[in-house]
Amino acid sequence: MTDSANSTQTAATPALATPKIRIRGLHKSFGDKVVLDGLDLDVGVGESVVVIGGSGTGKSVLLKCILGLLHPEDGSIEIDGEEMVGLNGRERDRVLRKFGMLFQNAALFDSLPVWENVAFGLIEGERKERDEARVIAFEKLAAVGLGSDVGLLSPAELSGGMRKRVGLARAIATEPEVIFFDEPTTGLDPIMGDVINDLIIKCVRELGATALSITHDMASARKIANRIAMLYDGKIIWAGPVAEIDASGSAYVEQFIHGRAEGPIKMQLRAL
Amino acid sequence: MPILQPIGRTVLRFFEATGRLSLFAFTAITHCVRPPFYPRLIGRQMVEIGFYSLPVVGLTAIFTGMVLALQSYTGFARFSAESAVPNVVVVSITRELGPVLAALMVAGRVGAAMAAEIGTMRVTEQIDALDTLATNPFKYLIAPRLIAGSTMMPLLVLIADVIGVFGGYVVSIYKLGFNPHIYLKNTIDFMEFQDVVSGLVKASVFGFLITLMGCYHGYNSRGGAQGVGAATTNAVVSASILILSFNYLITEMFFAR
Repeated sequence: MTDSANSTQTAATPALATPKIRIRGLHKSFGDKVVLDGLDLDVGVGESVVVIGGSGTGKSVLLKCILGLLHPEDGSIEIDGEEMVGLNGRERDRVLRKFGMLFQNAALFDSLPVWENVAFGLIEGERKERDEARVIAFEKLAAVGLGSDVGLLSPAELSGGMRKRVGLARAIATEPEVIFFDEPTTGLDPIMGDVINDLIIKCVRELGATALSITHDMASARKIANRIAMLYDGKIIWAGPVAEIDASGSAYVEQFIHGRAEGPIKMQLRAL
Repeated sequence: MPILQPIGRTVLRFFEATGRLSLFAFTAITHCVRPPFYPRLIGRQMVEIGFYSLPVVGLTAIFTGMVLALQSYTGFARFSAESAVPNVVVVSITRELGPVLAALMVAGRVGAAMAAEIGTMRVTEQIDALDTLATNPFKYLIAPRLIAGSTMMPLLVLIADVIGVFGGYVVSIYKLGFNPHIYLKNTIDFMEFQDVVSGLVKASVFGFLITLMGCYHGYNSRGGAQGVGAATTNAVVSASILILSFNYLITEMFFAR
């Protein structure tokens, strides 16, 4: 890592009084490949932070570490000041109930109709009655612009944009305190991408939730973020308000946001 | 020694796989006996494993019983022991062929489907989604299948036993000219309680092994469609091998003097 990259990192991660999510020194490797190398990140209460970075830089790994789907080798992840790393069983479930997650490909359960997908966290996590959960599920589907007829369909019958909306409805159904968005606009046309961005802003604002998104779609990042952080080489090399990203002073950020092949970021290409 | 390295690596890999499988089985069993339980899912799996496997298990049993009667008759005719046909049919079906053939058929039908379904859930992040919705995948996906497999296989085998013996009866009466009353009397007189019980114990163990291998390979599948395909194949092959191995062990337990 260059000096310039390290200096921007220090300036870019402001000390927040009581961060909702506080990550310090996070390390995660797969065999010899180091993916996260001492990553630090704070996300404030009610803030919407978008982590940008190229493919394979560890954005999804970061989210999976926070959710406890992957176990980091070292470092700390605190939610409301409570350490997440090493939590198991009911303690972990209790913290997970604060979270909602929109997966990249929505990850809807094929075996359940759409409304049961949306109501899943209410029925299984919060132990609500099926009838009550069904009413809430149809309300959430309406909130993301889907009619009640969609609720009775199978996920296999939905288009990509509809699947994302259902995934979003499922993510907000339990009214979580923190919502994670994994590449929310990937695979969608620009118009549908913008519809999803608008829905994310609306839902997060209405719930008053904290949002952490990962994407490499700069249009989406600029729209949904209060603050953007750039992940490169296993670390956050720059973080700051959206308005400041065009004047970041970081060659890495400049190259990424303008999508240039030339610059300090070298893509790992294999000769054919 | 270069020749020892691959042998050592293979041995280590075998023990690693055995350890992983044992840990997976132990975790799954603990979730089978701890609440919350999912009766709707257990019921759905019971229908899937028990009811929908009936045609294939029934067909296997009836043809096995018919062939067994025919083969026993032609073989025993060489030393004038044709009257032993009902005894051979009932003992072979209840002790061995009923449970083993039914289990192999169910492994092909149910084990493969489970590995494919859970494997697809793994590669499409549905299992991660379960986890983030504070629902333990072992409790929601694995435990209902293990419970359903272990309880439905004995019922399937009981039906297979009846159909298999009936297949032997049909061939013996209508083709080989046995007296129906004497055939039935010999069948019932010769059959012992232990013959049926040993077959049902085998069936329960086989049901557990089939669902365990389907779930294990599906849960640990990686790498998209190819990974799911490999998981499906591995589930059927490993379940079949375990069925045959445990068949010997249980037979030894019940009948070795």
